[in-house]
Amino acid sequence: MSDDLTPATPDMGDRTPVTLINVREGMFGAGGDTSGYAGLVRTIEMPGASERPYGEWFDGVVDVLEELLGDDADDAIESVVVDRGELTLYVNRDHLLAVARHLRDDQDLRFEICLGVSGVHYPADEGRELHAVFPMQSITHNRRLRVEVALSEDDARLPSLTSIYPANNWHERETWDFFGIIFDGHPSLARIEMPDDWVGHPQRKDYPLGGIPVEYKGAEIPSPDTRRQYR
Amino acid sequence: MTAEQTAHATGAFTEDPEAAEYTAYGSDWSSIAEEAARLAQQRIVVNMGPQHPSTHGVLRVMLEIEGETVTEARAGIGYLHTGIEKNMEFRTWTQGVTFCTRMDYVASMFQEAVYCLGIEKLLGITDDVPERASVLRVLMMELTRIGSHLVAIGTGGNEMGATTIMTTAFIAREDTFRIIEMITGLRTNNAYIRPGGVSQDTPEGAVDAIRAMIPKVRQRLDEMADLQLKNPIFIGRLQGIAHLNLAGCMALGITGPILRSTGLPYDVRKAEPYCGYETYDFQVPTSTDSDAFSRVVLRMEECYESLKIIAQCADRLEASEGQPVMVADKKIAWPAQLALGPDGQGNSLDHIREIMGTSMEALIHHFKLVTEGFKVPAGQVYQTVESPKGLLGVHLVSDGGTKPWRAHFRDPGFNNLQALSILCEGGQIADVVVAIASIDFVLGGVDR
Repeated sequence: MSDDLTPATPDMGDRTPVTLINVREGMFGAGGDTSGYAGLVRTIEMPGASERPYGEWFDGVVDVLEELLGDDADDAIESVVVDRGELTLYVNRDHLLAVARHLRDDQDLRFEICLGVSGVHYPADEGRELHAVFPMQSITHNRRLRVEVALSEDDARLPSLTSIYPANNWHERETWDFFGIIFDGHPSLARIEMPDDWVGHPQRKDYPLGGIPVEYKGAEIPSPDTRRQYR
Repeated sequence: MTAEQTAHATGAFTEDPEAAEYTAYGSDWSSIAEEAARLAQQRIVVNMGPQHPSTHGVLRVMLEIEGETVTEARAGIGYLHTGIEKNMEFRTWTQGVTFCTRMDYVASMFQEAVYCLGIEKLLGITDDVPERASVLRVLMMELTRIGSHLVAIGTGGNEMGATTIMTTAFIAREDTFRIIEMITGLRTNNAYIRPGGVSQDTPEGAVDAIRAMIPKVRQRLDEMADLQLKNPIFIGRLQGIAHLNLAGCMALGITGPILRSTGLPYDVRKAEPYCGYETYDFQVPTSTDSDAFSRVVLRMEECYESLKIIAQCADRLEASEGQPVMVADKKIAWPAQLALGPDGQGNSLDHIREIMGTSMEALIHHFKLVTEGFKVPAGQVYQTVESPKGLLGVHLVSDGGTKPWRAHFRDPGFNNLQALSILCEGGQIADVVVAIASIDFVLGGVDR
C-alpha cells in the first residue's frame, strides 16, 4: 500500500513531544525482517504539548487548577496536551494528591468520579517508561480529562488516590498486578487478577505473551507474539 | 521481582492453625451446624464460591458471619482472567473486536461499540460513520441491553428460588437473540460492530422481524412485572436490602442502575451521546429508594425504554434501506458485503469472482487489509458508553501501527463489585445473594 510511506504520527507542527511511544526498526516486528529495510529506524511519539489557547472548556479548567496550586503549579503540571478533543494533564507524582484533591473538591472543577487507572508501558521512553493514566469524570459539568503520571521503571511509585477516590482501590491493585506500579498508601496493594504468588507483571511489554506453535494442515503456525508482524 | 518481594493478599481470616475447618457441599448442613455449636463457635468464616450458582461466574466471596449476620464480606476475583487486553496488543485493530466482545459476554455489543468508537476517534473518522451503521449499532446495543437486564433480573429471581422469573426472562431474551442472530449471524460474541461501521447490512425481512419481536418481548416483560412487583415474598426479600446512597455511589465510582436508584439520572447516552442517541426519544428512569427492589424496577423500566428505541431504529432502518453500513474509505472498510450462504457461512460470490477472475490488485488489497490491517495514527483516547451495568470505558493507545499499543477496559462490573462489602456487611447471610444479584456484574468482564 502506498500509505506505508506516510508518517505514522500526525503532523504535530512545532509541538514538543511528551512521550516516546516506541522506536521501530525495519519494516516488520518479531520473526526476522526479510524486506531489506532492516536499517530503517523510526521513532513514534505521542502528540506533544499544546500551546494556549487550548480551546473548549480546557483553558478554564487549567486556569482554575493553576490558581489553586499557586506556586506549585509549574512543578505540578509538567505539560498540557490537547489531542482529538481530549485534555491530558501530565502531572508530577509529588503533586498528584494535591491535583486530585483540587479536581474533586473545587466547585469549578468538580471531577467527582475517577474512572480508575490504566497503566501503559513505553520501554523506549527512558526514565519515563511506565505511565499511570487516570481518567476523571465530572458529572456536574459533564466533562472528562485525563491525568497522566510518568514514572521511571526503576522507581515506579506514586501516591495512591484511594484516600480521595476510594473507587480506585481495585483499579490500583490491577495496575500494580499488571505493571508493577506501586501505589504508596494503598490500604492493601495485593495482586487482584493474577494468583498471589505470581512472578512478574504480565502487561509489561517485555513480558512474553506466551503461546505455543500450532500445526494446521501440515504447516506450523507460530504463536501470535513470534509471528512476523506488520508494525 | 522475586516471589518473596511480591505483595500478597491480606492473609487468612485467622492466624490460628487450630481453627476448625468444615467443608460443605450443598447437602444437609445440620451436622456442620451441630459440630460448630458443640465447639461453641459463634464466628464462622464461610467461603462462598468460586463455584457457586449465585456468583454469576467464578466469584469467590469470603464471609465472616456471626449467627445469621454478615460481619465482613470480601470479594476475591481473578478466576476468569484470560489476558484479553494483553492478547489484543498482538492482533490487528479489527481482530480486537472478536476479543473484547468476549469480556462481558452477556452484553458483548457494548464492548464492541466502545472499542470501535475509540478507534474511530483515534482515526478521526467519527463523523464519517454512515448513519445506517449507527442505527444498527444502537439497535444491537438496545437489544443486548434488554438481554442483559433480563439475565440480571431472571437469575436474580432464580437465586431466590423463583424459577419462573428466570424461565420467563430467558424466553424473552431468546426473542432478542433471534433478531441479533438474523442480522449478525451469531447470538452472542458477534464481532458485528467493526471500526468504521458494522460488518454487514440487514438481511431481507429484518425490519418486519424487529417489529414482530417488540410486542412479544413487551408481553414477557409485563408478565415478569406481574410476577414480581406486587409479590409479597419478592418485596420482602428485596425492599430495603443492599442499600447504597448517593454519597456511597460517588465515593465508589458506581454508575448504572445502582447510581440511578439513588435519584441521580446519570446516563452516558444522555450526558455524552454517541451513535446518535441524542436523536432518539427515550427516558432515563430513576428511583430514590437506593435498594435492591428499586434496581429491579429500574432495569424493568429500562427494558421498556429500550423497546421504544428499538421501534425508532426499525423506522430508521426502513427509511435508510440500501444506504452504506461502513465508511467509504477503502483503506479501512473490508471490501465485500457478505451474505449468508446455504452452508450457514457468510460469503460473497460476486467479490470472489472479481478478485479471483478479474482484478489481482483487488485480491492483493483484500489480503493486505485483512492480514496486515490498517494503521491508526499515534495517540491515545478515552471513550465511554452506557452499558447495562454502568459506565463502560476504554483507554486506547496507538503507536501508529496496525495493532493497539494498549487497550484497557474499565468494566463497570469490576468497579461496582467493590461495593459488595458495603452492601452486605451488617445484613443477613441470605441477603448476600440478593446484593450480588442487584450489583449485576459478569465475571468475564470483571476479570477480562
